[in-house]
Amino acid sequence: MDKRLKRILPKVQKPSRYTGGEYNQIIKDKSSVDLRVAFCFPDTYEIGMSNLGMSILYQTMNSLDFVWCERVFAPWGDMYAEMKEAGIPLYALESGDDVKEFDVLAFSIGYEMAYTTVLDMLDMSGIPLRSENRDDLLPVVVAGGSACVNAEPMAPFIDMFLIGEGEEMDNEVLCLLHTAKLEGWGKKQFLTEAAKIQGVYVPSLYDVEYNGDGTVRTYTPHEGVPQKVLKRIVEDLDSSPYPVNPIVPSTEVVHDRVSLELFRGCVRGCRFCQAGYIYRPIRSKKPDTLIRQGIEAVQNTGHEEISLLSLSTSDYRPLSYICDGLLDYCESRSVGLALPSLRADNFSVEIMEKIQKVRKSGLTFAVEGGSQRLRDAINKNVTEEDVLNTCALAFSGGWNTVKLYYMLGLPTETDDDIVGIAEMSEKILHCWRVNAKNKNRGVRITVSTSCFIPKPHSPFQWEAQISQEEYLRRVNLLRSSIKAKNVVYNWHDAETSVIEAALSRGDRRMADVIEEVFRSGGRLDAWTDYFRYERWNEAFRKCGLDRDFYASRERNVSEVLPWDVIDVGVRKSLLIREKERAYRSELSPDCRRNCSACGAAALLKGSKCDE
Amino acid sequence: MNKMRMLFSKKGRAVYISHLDLMHTMQRAISRAGFSLKYSEGYNPHPQISIALPLSVGMSSICEIMDLRLNEEVSFDDFRKRLNAVLPEGIHIEDVYTSEEKSSGIKWLRVKGEYEYDSRDVSVVLPQLEDFFERDSITVQKKSKRGITDADIRPMIREIGFSCDSDGLVIMEAVISASEPTLNPELITAALRTLNPGIAPDFAAYERIEIYRPDMTVFR
Repeated sequence: MDKRLKRILPKVQKPSRYTGGEYNQIIKDKSSVDLRVAFCFPDTYEIGMSNLGMSILYQTMNSLDFVWCERVFAPWGDMYAEMKEAGIPLYALESGDDVKEFDVLAFSIGYEMAYTTVLDMLDMSGIPLRSENRDDLLPVVVAGGSACVNAEPMAPFIDMFLIGEGEEMDNEVLCLLHTAKLEGWGKKQFLTEAAKIQGVYVPSLYDVEYNGDGTVRTYTPHEGVPQKVLKRIVEDLDSSPYPVNPIVPSTEVVHDRVSLELFRGCVRGCRFCQAGYIYRPIRSKKPDTLIRQGIEAVQNTGHEEISLLSLSTSDYRPLSYICDGLLDYCESRSVGLALPSLRADNFSVEIMEKIQKVRKSGLTFAVEGGSQRLRDAINKNVTEEDVLNTCALAFSGGWNTVKLYYMLGLPTETDDDIVGIAEMSEKILHCWRVNAKNKNRGVRITVSTSCFIPKPHSPFQWEAQISQEEYLRRVNLLRSSIKAKNVVYNWHDAETSVIEAALSRGDRRMADVIEEVFRSGGRLDAWTDYFRYERWNEAFRKCGLDRDFYASRERNVSEVLPWDVIDVGVRKSLLIREKERAYRSELSPDCRRNCSACGAAALLKGSKCDE
Repeated sequence: MNKMRMLFSKKGRAVYISHLDLMHTMQRAISRAGFSLKYSEGYNPHPQISIALPLSVGMSSICEIMDLRLNEEVSFDDFRKRLNAVLPEGIHIEDVYTSEEKSSGIKWLRVKGEYEYDSRDVSVVLPQLEDFFERDSITVQKKSKRGITDADIRPMIREIGFSCDSDGLVIMEAVISASEPTLNPELITAALRTLNPGIAPDFAAYERIEIYRPDMTVFR
């Protein structure tokens, strides 16, 4: 270990997150590999090590014998300061080698607030921030992850984006780079060749022109480059790589458990939900594959919990079957089962009772909107009756805490809808009084609201975000409407939401703002400890960009959007239709009752959507 | 046997794993090795596993003691081999055996310190270090639950000596009190820093070498 590092580690909080050496880490002989990949997660170790995508791709890339892929995370503030002072550049955990020596920096960008941390990690590595200032083929700076469905705000910094799922695409790119490195290609030659791989978006090969009003006029691809980049998917999840030997952190991380992914995509089509559109089509894993992988992963890690992941776990048809199959193994070994993302229905309570024999955690409902009209407008198929019935069952079964999540500022929301949130909490309280087995223990109902952020590739991608003042007015309205003392109301600050709204629908000019924030000290902006609203506003002013043009401007459906260059497989006409239906508070049936022919099924070659 | 004591070492990158995380890491490793820890009875069952003397983050050791109980009968040799195969880098089980002797019987601890001096002549520092510990009392500030208190650490040091190694490092070796009272070796460096900063090292790394009973026989 680096001598300088040895001196600073005893001084920082939780130093084991900066050392590597965990069980199941992959160590290779660096003299026997041709490509070294620094897999960079632009957030802390605890967050990055909880990310299933990172765990999958770490193993996928390392399955190539000419590649050694290592992990890199962003240090917390104390470690950052110590590293700067000691002059230690960013290093990879497995080998401890400087990131600058690597051939590839691969960033996983899952959320917009991580943008400044990407720049920080490049800078800590001593690598120029902008693609145009990196002339050589190596290192190649690539990025993937769900935030890249609008790649434009980060386009000037990243050589190539990998859009969609990486299991196959990443290795195709690494194979091409292998050839390029051995044959001594130039950067331009490699990027032009890579752009032919489906899912690869090389922003420098597209010229953007703007209209006088600041909107995008055109995207012009260079010769031989596709007009639009079609996202990549893995067709068969059963045969696609899943890490049954994931790294076991030696310190506590956010999700310290085995994660099993039941299926990708979602049949629900909630209109505010980006994930519900960008992960289509629906592909499920077979229940026996999941049971086998879950058991193997528990054996290989010693984890005490398995979490079943998906966007809507109740929609996994054989859910009961795999719960039974896993419980058979888990119960005698004190391994717990966790099911986030359950829908508010009776079936969920049955499943919950099955898996929570020992400890009853709280119930959580994402209700999103305060009235049936508004829930219809956003296509959130949850009725008040569903919620009350589920609560009745749960209260009579001994549960006594309920959490309810809502968004304020959804399109078409009125004050009546907001008062409806308070009314619903009262009804749940009443439901507890009627159904609770043991009233002595009391009940706790928590209502949380956040400010709605319109996201690219969702039917609400053209909508205006409400202003911060308006959000606070609505928060106060709700506060004064909630009277019961058993109901606790928490609201998220709107400041981060405003910036996130601007970033998520930004164009390439936004890169200047991101760089300016970074230059004035911004990093780890996803953390309230580090996020400074004023720093962002100041950067917008300095760069001559209008934050509200991006955050709170309603777009016309005919406008060229910065993310139109990315095709996630869902037709724009469907998004327009869904937006129009929202304004009529009209529901769309879920994909299983009536396929909306969104277009995503065309991404499948040999199978059908939701088979 | 299902009740056992392990002697293990914690070195290299593993020295940064905290005491609490180490307990968790061991539990998971035991489970990976295919064994199951016995849980206590009662309202809030917890695994029957305990470490004799918690080790500070950053300090290495070749003499850590852990007591545990399993649900099954195992051969100690098999247990040690299987556990060693699934431990993270830097943690190694040296021996597994049975003992009725309570770990509270550990009284003395032999520690080794590597002192790094960036801009001082080690041959000049060495005698000064030895002089320093000739005094009858060495009072330092100690952080405790009640706040900062003064403590005389000299009586907690049974023997101490300094030498020079081939890399130009000063090697300190001492036998210090492990329990009642416990002396954290970091306090020795802290004492130098406050009472004689001129001979305080720029960096010190400590390692536990051996544990003893009150009569200075080796504890196992």
